[in-house]
Amino acid sequence: MSDYTKLTPQITPDTKPYWDGLNAHKLRLQRCTDCGKVRHYPRPVCDACYSMRVEWIDASGHGSVHSWTTTHHAFHPGFKADLPYTLVSVDLAEGVRMNAQLRKLDPAELRVGMPVRVAFEPATDGLTLPVFVPAS
Amino acid sequence: MSLREIGAVTGIGETDYMRGTDCTALSLQLEASLKAIADAGLRPTDIDGVIPYGHGAVAEDFITNFGIPDLRFSATTPMGGASAVAAIQCAIAAISAGICNHVLLSLGRTGYSGGRIGTRVQQMPQFRLVGEFEMPSGAIAPAQLYAAMARRHMELYGTTSRQFAEIAVNTRRHASLNPNATMRNPITVEDHQSSRMISDPLRLLDCSLESDGGTAIVISATERARDMKQKPVVVMGVAEGHPDSPSVITQRPDLTTLGLAKAAPKAFAMAGVTHDDIDVAEIYDCFTYIVMCQIEDLGFCKKGEGGGFVQNGAIGLGGRLPVNTHGGLLSQAHMAGMNHIVELTRQLRGEAAAQVVDAEIGLVTGYGDMGDGSVAIMRRG
Repeated sequence: MSDYTKLTPQITPDTKPYWDGLNAHKLRLQRCTDCGKVRHYPRPVCDACYSMRVEWIDASGHGSVHSWTTTHHAFHPGFKADLPYTLVSVDLAEGVRMNAQLRKLDPAELRVGMPVRVAFEPATDGLTLPVFVPAS
Repeated sequence: MSLREIGAVTGIGETDYMRGTDCTALSLQLEASLKAIADAGLRPTDIDGVIPYGHGAVAEDFITNFGIPDLRFSATTPMGGASAVAAIQCAIAAISAGICNHVLLSLGRTGYSGGRIGTRVQQMPQFRLVGEFEMPSGAIAPAQLYAAMARRHMELYGTTSRQFAEIAVNTRRHASLNPNATMRNPITVEDHQSSRMISDPLRLLDCSLESDGGTAIVISATERARDMKQKPVVVMGVAEGHPDSPSVITQRPDLTTLGLAKAAPKAFAMAGVTHDDIDVAEIYDCFTYIVMCQIEDLGFCKKGEGGGFVQNGAIGLGGRLPVNTHGGLLSQAHMAGMNHIVELTRQLRGEAAAQVVDAEIGLVTGYGDMGDGSVAIMRRG
């Protein structure tokens, strides 16, 4: 743990099932137990019906590219060795969006709507991060 | 009831803007405040309301340093770069309610000499979701988070980096005319295109400066302003707007629309003016793309047409809509948009270094905290 210099999440009881899911190589999303609306990132209240009752579903992991950026400047020393790296915003099949690094694709080939799927990368003890790879 | 014409800018103050200082942010903020109060023809003890910019001086500092005997109103408007213009609305609301008469808005920062602005985001509570779910993946700074908005605009509308460059070049040209701008050497589109990539598509010359300095204004009740030292600059309309998914850009239904799109129609309706009435616009310019997006969200052109709008000198002096006549955050100094309010006031007093001929009505925007927006429309008094 001590030699991991990147930023790490401050995990709370509200969000722990998400991070536990990533460690098990599952992408878990919150679904409102009352109205069924899926939401992300994890938070306490459903903005459609204000219910605080929630269940966690395993997402398909499939989605399409919404936008992206390739970063060439180290805004934090922990990420300097990774430069350049590409962040993609992805519309998941479940109707929510998320942001993660891109793998296994030249960013010059990225297009809006390109199909991608989630993959999982162990980062440090007890922390797995999502990444996106081409769907095919 | 409306806030139309209830308040006016009666005083403006700026320190020298610098890239390197031994001064504290507090001393810079107080220096600028004293200048603004003197410009208004007031004494520091006349100030009965304060709205300091967040992360800096607090009401107690003004009472302590200025000996204010009866501070009746203090507030903050925590909207990042949208705070300064949103504070105009807050000040005039307090004046309209009869709480106070002279409200001091001020900012001091050592963005160059102290902690860099671009990497402070992770410590801010409004970005808790970004902090937990995106920063561990390396999405940390505004330049990265806004780059994906610019990329989406480019993909949907064919907007180009050379169009972003038009904004950088135009803003630098204005700064070259301003003795209190920190970056005054003219640049070209080719300079922009060869500047290093920060987070694609944003290059170094798409990004605003980190600066040291202080800026302040005084807002007074319009009825009192008529008898004060300066010709008042009257606030005709003012509003703030918050985007959908305000704290996480990637969750926003439309990445290319900012909170300003909700505020602008309210401000124009309150002011009772149209876009053709606007002689000059000081538009918050943390990044070139954000200027283009706001020109669209203000309604000067349709969504997607901002790239064409900014070309061919349209946003320069003598153009269709002169923008950021002081040099903005891109080339004058990053004073979180308080310097944009100062510049609009100068333009409407007829005292600007790069003066728009016969400027009668203008607008100023703020943008910050991942998409919050604010706008004020003002006229010369």
